[in-house]
Amino acid sequence: MTTGQILPASPIEPVLSLRNLRVSYGEREILHGISFDVVRGETLVILGGSGSGKSTLLRTLVGLEKPSAGEIWIKGRDLAKTSAEEMDEIRRKIGMSFQGGALFGSMTVGENVALPLREHTRLEDSTIEIILRLKLQQVGLEGFEYYTPAQLSGGMKKRAAVARALAMDPEILFFDEPSAGLDPIIAAGIDELILELKRAFHMTIIVVTHELASAFLIADRMLLIDKGNIVALGTTEEMRSSTQPRVRQFLDRVAEPEVSGELDYLQMLTAERPAAYSSTGKRG
Amino acid sequence: MEFVSQLGSSTLDGLSYLGSLASLGARAAYYTLVAPFQGKPLRLRRAVSQAMDTGVRALPILSLITFFIGLILALQAAYELRRFGAISAVATAVAVTMSRELGPLITAIVVIGRSGSAFAAEIGTMKVSEEIDALETMAISPIRFLVAPKFLAMMVMLPCLTIWANVMGILGGSLFGVAQADFTLVRYIQASIDSLLLRDITTGLVKSVMFVITITAVGCLEGLSTGAGAEQVGRSTTQAVVKSIFLVVVVDLFFTVLFFFAGNQ
Repeated sequence: MTTGQILPASPIEPVLSLRNLRVSYGEREILHGISFDVVRGETLVILGGSGSGKSTLLRTLVGLEKPSAGEIWIKGRDLAKTSAEEMDEIRRKIGMSFQGGALFGSMTVGENVALPLREHTRLEDSTIEIILRLKLQQVGLEGFEYYTPAQLSGGMKKRAAVARALAMDPEILFFDEPSAGLDPIIAAGIDELILELKRAFHMTIIVVTHELASAFLIADRMLLIDKGNIVALGTTEEMRSSTQPRVRQFLDRVAEPEVSGELDYLQMLTAERPAAYSSTGKRG
Repeated sequence: MEFVSQLGSSTLDGLSYLGSLASLGARAAYYTLVAPFQGKPLRLRRAVSQAMDTGVRALPILSLITFFIGLILALQAAYELRRFGAISAVATAVAVTMSRELGPLITAIVVIGRSGSAFAAEIGTMKVSEEIDALETMAISPIRFLVAPKFLAMMVMLPCLTIWANVMGILGGSLFGVAQADFTLVRYIQASIDSLLLRDITTGLVKSVMFVITITAVGCLEGLSTGAGAEQVGRSTTQAVVKSIFLVVVVDLFFTVLFFFAGNQ
């Protein structure tokens, strides 16, 4: 984590690269060939509507879903072709903050944050205690280690989850909808925390969200996906000035065109020409 | 034709479910019995608190139920035995039926209701709130972290509970023996002990170990396969109870047949 402060980030070498990534649930393909690179120290925000495949993309990047085709390179290893042991090794170098926090309810906040350290390192309890304090301090939760997750508010739960994700000093930090379900002030606090991690530790951060304001605030680059395809990838300025209709529609929050007639509605459901509708009448 | 294809597909579903159970059971057994000796320690504290829940806290209700079952057995046996003037054989009938069959079975059913359902609900809730995913992204095996402590707790507690259930059943029978069949309590207990072979007790314990694997694997598998949403947790819990009871009876039948023919030789 501290290496970023000593060495300036090399803009050429990507930390994470995707090549033609495809993911399917059963017969249904969710992602149809996604390719992009993330370089060290940058914050990439993945934007997309509900059902666009952005959550599936994130789950695949952290190894919760297996790709059906394509390559995911993290630290010189292809995630799609790793054994379980290699996968676990890669996972120790990434941190993930889940939407609802996903803290373990039967443990205190401190035990939650210390869990990866207890499981994967042979550190003394006193050392773990120090790291734990430090991580909680980083997310602004010092003094809360003996609370249970049920005693925390939504924003504090997310902060605790970030502390847990930071415990192993990950090289890439993933966020799933960091501001979902939070009021605007608390959500701004989480954005501030992400910016702080980026500034202070030069951490590579990948955020999935549909909150535009927060996205423009924290992102270096943005990726818009729709129906499992990349629509646009670029810096925040490039996105703002984009003239691509789908990008404009998303950024300007334009609703899908209303359907008026019965045939239009049918066309929307079947995505076919209405002619197909009349031709079915010939059967029998 | 449709019936045959349906029969075929549900048979395949059943077999693949049994396959998943066997795989989960095997992995749980590995993390409980083998991995701790390869430097992957078990969460002993969790196993102990799980054992308290599964075992010690089940004692009051299990005692009451098996006491009544023992009494019922004595009454039912006496109904027939009285006609042959063999009412003193009640002690034997109760002791043998309890320790060979009803002790393990009733214990298993009580534990399914208390713990099998709780396993499914606990793991299912963790699945819904992405805690299982969180474990995986932290490179912590959910089987080792969640299932193995439950497996160990059950492995220790269920046989103990079974023996306790046998004792309580015999005590239940003694209530009838003393009140209606001219036994003293000491003589009734003595008669029960005399009638039991070691084999009667060990067959019951073998069954209860098999029940441990069945109940833990079904409860945890149902929990782990919970879909999205809170109502799915309820569904998993129900499924865990129904499937566990069914499979426990099937396992019971299998071993009873086995011991019957093994005992005849």
